Amino acid sequence: MNFVEVVRFALRGLSANKLRSALTMLGILIGVAAVILLVAVGNGSAKAISDRIEALGTNTITVMSTGRGGSSSTSLTRDMADALVDAELAPDVRSVSPVVSSSSATMTYEGADHAVATFVGTTPAWFTASSTPVGRGTGFTSDDVDQGRRVVVIGQTVAEELFGGIDPIGEQVTVGGALFTVVGVLEEKTSTGFQDADDTAVAPLTAVQQVLTGYGPLTSIIVEANDPDDVDAVQSQVATILNQRLDVPESSGSTPYRIQNASSLLETQTETADTFTTLLGVVAAISLLVGGIGITNIMLVTVTERTREIGIRKALGAPRRVILTQFLIEASLLSVLGGALGVAAALIGARFEIVGVTPVIVPSSIGYAVGVSIAIGLFFGGLPAARAARLRPIDALRYE
Amino acid sequence: MSKPVLQVTNLKKIYGEGEATVHALRGVSLTVQRGDYAAIMGSSGSGKSTLMNILGALDVPTSGRYLLDGVDVSGLSDGQLALARNRLIGFIFQSFNLIPRTTAVANVELPLAYAGVQARERRRRAMEALDVVGLAARADHEPNQLSGGQQQRVAVARALVTEPALLLADEPTGNLDSQSTDDVLQVFDDLSAAGRTIVIITHEDEVGARAKRLIKLVDGSIVTDERQSPLHLPPVGAAMAGRHAR
Repeated sequence: MNFVEVVRFALRGLSANKLRSALTMLGILIGVAAVILLVAVGNGSAKAISDRIEALGTNTITVMSTGRGGSSSTSLTRDMADALVDAELAPDVRSVSPVVSSSSATMTYEGADHAVATFVGTTPAWFTASSTPVGRGTGFTSDDVDQGRRVVVIGQTVAEELFGGIDPIGEQVTVGGALFTVVGVLEEKTSTGFQDADDTAVAPLTAVQQVLTGYGPLTSIIVEANDPDDVDAVQSQVATILNQRLDVPESSGSTPYRIQNASSLLETQTETADTFTTLLGVVAAISLLVGGIGITNIMLVTVTERTREIGIRKALGAPRRVILTQFLIEASLLSVLGGALGVAAALIGARFEIVGVTPVIVPSSIGYAVGVSIAIGLFFGGLPAARAARLRPIDALRYE
Repeated sequence: MSKPVLQVTNLKKIYGEGEATVHALRGVSLTVQRGDYAAIMGSSGSGKSTLMNILGALDVPTSGRYLLDGVDVSGLSDGQLALARNRLIGFIFQSFNLIPRTTAVANVELPLAYAGVQARERRRRAMEALDVVGLAARADHEPNQLSGGQQQRVAVARALVTEPALLLADEPTGNLDSQSTDDVLQVFDDLSAAGRTIVIITHEDEVGARAKRLIKLVDGSIVTDERQSPLHLPPVGAAMAGRHAR
């Protein structure tokens, strides 16, 4: 009795119960696919979040005022921003970009108008600090800022909305009653969530203050560090200077400004995402376990139901080894086939967006899911088969 | 005279312990020569099924000696017993015991597969065996597409396909109507006429009457053992006209 022969017996055994075999495989398929896909979704969303945060720039910190339109003594000013450029007190600062922004600017071009989501007034350093490079045309210069020239760099969305097919560079648009010349178009950005990152326009700080926001406080100051590793140092240096400027006592717990640190944000978010992935993994593992119990149940029933058949086979002279091998092959064929189909289903499913997240398959989850399902199939298929094969033929034959 | 196909001496089988002890066999001694056609009769509880199971190497006796074709079966390991069942004994059960959802010819091939016979040779011998029981035309039918009598004849074909030293039948007609019973018994008669050694266990007088030798078992002991027709001649049943149309 060679191995090929036993495999043929196993195949015949499986095909004799097509529906049951198919359902068993379906159970394994769902369990395996669920584990792989859920972990992939968790991993994908974690990746999406970290990508988003990295897009903000990991070597910058953002200083924002906490006093909402309060007294001028606590608000951020251009002077403060200039004070941050200090080789003595803040050696790790590469650039400082004061920012004013308006969310109510409407841009008009030859009758077409478009409400720009964020209209930013800043200095040229902003483009690198906020990792928003100019795609076509040019940015503006420090000279433009000093002179308050009305030039603007617009985002992709704005360019499409206002100009359609034509080249916007060199065209004149009206913002807040003043004419601005479009000098450049920003590189397209991947969307960072709910807001369209391309629905923006950037102009010199002075021009924006003059036309839109007035010479009030700054919205924020973006400080770029020399190196992502220096971000923490920069943060304390900036805090020291600001505390001096704003007369915040050393001991005071609360400051009138807030410093947002992208890399620490990234850390927190990654931790959160890891928790999320673990949670999804646990849910998936439970579904695999439940699936496994299903497999166990079917295997037990299959073998128990066939105890009599085992008795007949033994009476006809089948050695214990052959019977055991046949049932083990049946069980492993079911679990391997079901597992492989599950992996295929998960790989296909991962090509689609699931609840807004593009799943990113974790290779180890494939091994884990397939391994567990095969182990369950073999163990719970093999155990009752071994028991039945050990029975004396007369007891197996009498089994009802 | 060649060695007997089957020789048991002082076979005992005891079930249970203490108060609940049941003596199923109380020292049975029996010798069956090659070519014999013996019927073992007894009422329910006489121990005939126990005897059958031990003779078929499906069960082991509590004590006593059992030589099957000259081999002492009581000393064999599990694997050797499987081999003995495969090569020396052909089983026919009351409830047919065909493998469900498997064609007749595949059922008949099964013992050959366990014996390691090549697929082509297996198919040829299985078809031959099916032809002997007159079911060659039904080779591709599954058990549930066959009548009881046909299923039992497939079981007979399966039992004789390995050309075993001994054909062992346990109430082979117990689940059959009279017409099917006749068909199956005719097959046994033919096999006996062809020189096969057959031991059949039954409680039906009609079945016992056709054997060459009738052994009666009561309470685990043999009470009578009479020869109904000579060993070297065809059994009485085969003489009763060749009704078996084939």
